[in-house]
Amino acid sequence: MITFTIDGIEVQGEQGQNVLEVALDNGFTIPHLCYHEAVKPYGACRLCLVEVAKGGRTRLTTSCNYPVMEGVSVQTNTEKIMRARRMIIELLLARCPDAPILKDLAEEYSVGQPRFTLDHDDCILCGLCERVCREVVGVDAITFLGRGSNRKVGPPLEINPKTCIACGACVYVCPTNCIKLKETETERTIVRWGRTLPMKTCKVCGRSFAPWFQLDYFGKITEGLSKDFWDTCPDCRKA
Amino acid sequence: MDTRAIDRILKKHNHEHSSIIAMLQDLQELENYLPENSLEYLSEKLSMPLSKIYRIATFYNAFSLTPRGKHLISVCLGTACHVRGAAKVLDRIRMYLGVEVGGMTKDGLFSLETVNCLGACAMGPIVVAGGDYYGQMTPAKVAPTMKNYGKKPPKPAAKPPRRKGKK
Amino acid sequence: MRRITTPQELEEVRKEIQNGRDPEKPCIAITSGTSARAYGSEKVVKAFRDELKRRRLGKKIDLRVTGGQGFDEREPLVIIHPKEIMYQRVGPNDVEEIITETLLNDRVVDRLLYVHPQTGEKIARKDEVPFYKGQMPIVFGNNALIDPTDIEDYLAIGGYEAFAKVLVAYSPEGVIDIAKRSGLRGRGGGGFPTGVKWESCRNAQGDKHYVICNADEGDPGAYMDRGLLEGNPHSVLEGMMIGAYAIGSDEGYVYVRYEYPLASENVKTAIEQLRECGLLGKDILGTGFDFDIKISRGGGAFVCGESTALMASIEGEAGEPRAKHIHTVESGLWDKPTNLNNVETWANVSFIINKGADWYTTIGTEGSKGTKIFSLVGKVNNTGLVEVPMGMTIREIVFDIGGGIPGGGKLKAVQTGGPSGGCIPASLIDIPVDFDKLAEVGSIMGSGGMIVMDDTTCMVDIAKYFMNFLKDESCGKCTSCREGTRRMYEILDGITQGKGEESDIELLEELSWVMQEASLCALGQTAPNPALSTLRYFRDEYEAHIKDKRCPAGVCKALITYRINADKCTACGMCKKVCPSDAITGEKKVPHRIDPEKCIRCGACVSECKFDAIEVV
Repeated sequence: MITFTIDGIEVQGEQGQNVLEVALDNGFTIPHLCYHEAVKPYGACRLCLVEVAKGGRTRLTTSCNYPVMEGVSVQTNTEKIMRARRMIIELLLARCPDAPILKDLAEEYSVGQPRFTLDHDDCILCGLCERVCREVVGVDAITFLGRGSNRKVGPPLEINPKTCIACGACVYVCPTNCIKLKETETERTIVRWGRTLPMKTCKVCGRSFAPWFQLDYFGKITEGLSKDFWDTCPDCRKA
Repeated sequence: MDTRAIDRILKKHNHEHSSIIAMLQDLQELENYLPENSLEYLSEKLSMPLSKIYRIATFYNAFSLTPRGKHLISVCLGTACHVRGAAKVLDRIRMYLGVEVGGMTKDGLFSLETVNCLGACAMGPIVVAGGDYYGQMTPAKVAPTMKNYGKKPPKPAAKPPRRKGKK
Repeated sequence: MRRITTPQELEEVRKEIQNGRDPEKPCIAITSGTSARAYGSEKVVKAFRDELKRRRLGKKIDLRVTGGQGFDEREPLVIIHPKEIMYQRVGPNDVEEIITETLLNDRVVDRLLYVHPQTGEKIARKDEVPFYKGQMPIVFGNNALIDPTDIEDYLAIGGYEAFAKVLVAYSPEGVIDIAKRSGLRGRGGGGFPTGVKWESCRNAQGDKHYVICNADEGDPGAYMDRGLLEGNPHSVLEGMMIGAYAIGSDEGYVYVRYEYPLASENVKTAIEQLRECGLLGKDILGTGFDFDIKISRGGGAFVCGESTALMASIEGEAGEPRAKHIHTVESGLWDKPTNLNNVETWANVSFIINKGADWYTTIGTEGSKGTKIFSLVGKVNNTGLVEVPMGMTIREIVFDIGGGIPGGGKLKAVQTGGPSGGCIPASLIDIPVDFDKLAEVGSIMGSGGMIVMDDTTCMVDIAKYFMNFLKDESCGKCTSCREGTRRMYEILDGITQGKGEESDIELLEELSWVMQEASLCALGQTAPNPALSTLRYFRDEYEAHIKDKRCPAGVCKALITYRINADKCTACGMCKKVCPSDAITGEKKVPHRIDPEKCIRCGACVSECKFDAIEVV
């Protein structure tokens, strides 16, 4: 166990953990947008900044990817942090003025109307969607494209990622809810990526339950399951 | 798509994933840009996700996903050239060719790009056209330079209407 | 080149090469690095080769094609050894005369000599030309003595003597001690003490240690590293080999930016020659030391000059920096201990080994030892690469070596440190150039770019220029840099368009603070520097743009008008000819007029008018 302090209170973490997760586990509030426990930390949004004092030096750093270290002293709410945090929120809000999560953060931290020209974007480039697709789902359907002020997330050539199985993990994990999933009886679409896949129907109850392509993919990567398994929806399988 | 040429590139770099940037540079030499089918083939042969390849191809300036013109016009926008008036030269070229930076003229003759320092600051402002270096460029020199590559000037601004009674 | 398997053999080979050369034998050296080639040097080289062959002089006169020798403004340079006669701006048509007059008849070709701008004196010897006289070309000077594609030239001037000495006579810790005592600080911009870095890397845990040469030189206007890599790649490689021994590394990389194909080519040739003779590979010189070097080419991304982004690029990833909670000396390339140094830093190493750490400390200032190569460019007469001892003043560099401002212009500022640096106003040009002094005045040493600006430079425009560069070069990962550079650019652009508001300066300063504190890497952290330093020293220019909607330097298009001075206009019609928007009217013998409604302020007329009749108001 590694012992250190957060806002003066002693906490403990394990080797390999980062400061943010230990802080959240211990009930501290540190805002964060690009961190999710299912994927590796990325340190992009900069909201989770804390001040870490180590060996006589204090620095402002992201807590999501700062490894827990014996004896360090972490502060989560200093004036410096607040000043930086407000501007980060203001910048993100100027980029995505309609995102509910940003409006909430703006209210919480008293950030007013952004002093910049408002964009009409809905993506804050946190990268959670592309990380989940790569690290958890394993199909690498989408990625960061471009660089700097042109950076965006999307499939190669920006439409219809050919390896996407329309699982919806990216939809689930997106903090601004800008990735929408539309479904009819016959097809499912991940709207943002322009990916539409035909749905398979359950041979028992007749309801459509998952895209063919998705089931084929799972079939390929999972051993020891009969064809029958993939022809039946999860509800009917249980029965 | 010349799959044999792409296989040769893969072999040259030992199918090493870490050599992807160099592989893409070699690949781009084949057709002067990176066509979709070539990248798909590369992805398959290298067992590298296509999204990763596009990540690299769109991150680095060296690569173009769209066809490029016969003559590449590069305007240096390094600080030394900027201080000597490169921005005005670029504006004039944009007007003259009728393309934005990164674009290609409709006739496929020219692509326009900017570079951030060619390291030939003594000659600044510099324009490299079709591999030839043109130093000490000024807006006025743009037209005569482009003419060397077969580019006629754009139509002049509309002339005022003729006065009645004159020939 | 035969295989060299012991230190003694190395010395034997060296003596053989040296004995086979006669220092008195006439030699024509031609500069042919990238700058010179842009001026057509390859044609000059061919002309010399052909002419020497035609006259059957090949055996009597040597021809040596070198890399750049610094004075880019006057290249191609031809230096005739042993007399050290320097001819400038040589063309293929001058070749015959040079051979006939100078080589065969011992006469100087006057019209090709450098002319002193003040005295009008023609100067024949290279070392008497003011550009060269004021320099201390310890590291860069060797470019003049070698053909970079021939390892024998490098051996002839003592190359790899330091490396062999190190393998035979010093322990790795001993080498680190020399590096520390010398006071050598990184030449890439960080200025970190090199010996300390080597030591941390050596001590880091790991079964594999890497050394890297950062040749991603991305600051626009700075090309010192290109000059070294093209002109003397072996000096850089020797430094890496010595460093690798000190650190305990057996594998090195030279990461060359995509835009430097000739440098990449010459490094490749040098490495191949080293492998051929056994100076790279296994059991080098029979001492048991293994080391080899690979070249990794960049893809065109300024951010890859940042060490973690560079390493990501070598690994075949996008050049996104990562947090440096754990330093790269402990966990870098493929998570192994990695020592990264700049090209010029590596190039200094062999000199320190050969002449000693104590010698090195006699050059430079208290906190900044040794020399620094600068690229002196912009509004300066003698554009090129200059090497001076740390501590020389900006004034000396710009005026004594640089020959001052062309066209009688007035010095306004000198910009150092590239997009991470700042502008030093004319009032401060007597400060000595060293790491700490430059930081004190709000700039940085950076990699060595030194851009001279005169009163036709708008400082708000300069801040906007750098921010425009950075917003596109930012990797885009962290909010503070990606959004910050873009928004700072928007504000600066607005100011130059006459749309500035009173609150803009405060907002720029607030954004700057956040970018400095919250950004992931040095690109974002130093991005505000050009804006901050111009605000510090040229606030009045910002206020003129914002309050008066005026650009004092006459640069910002939206705030200026071009007007023809009727008294000076000779009605030659040149301006009318080049105007792309038909904005100029005028008959023969009548002063012409610019219609401000049609004028797009492209500047074509100004550059064409031979009578200075067009004013910017």
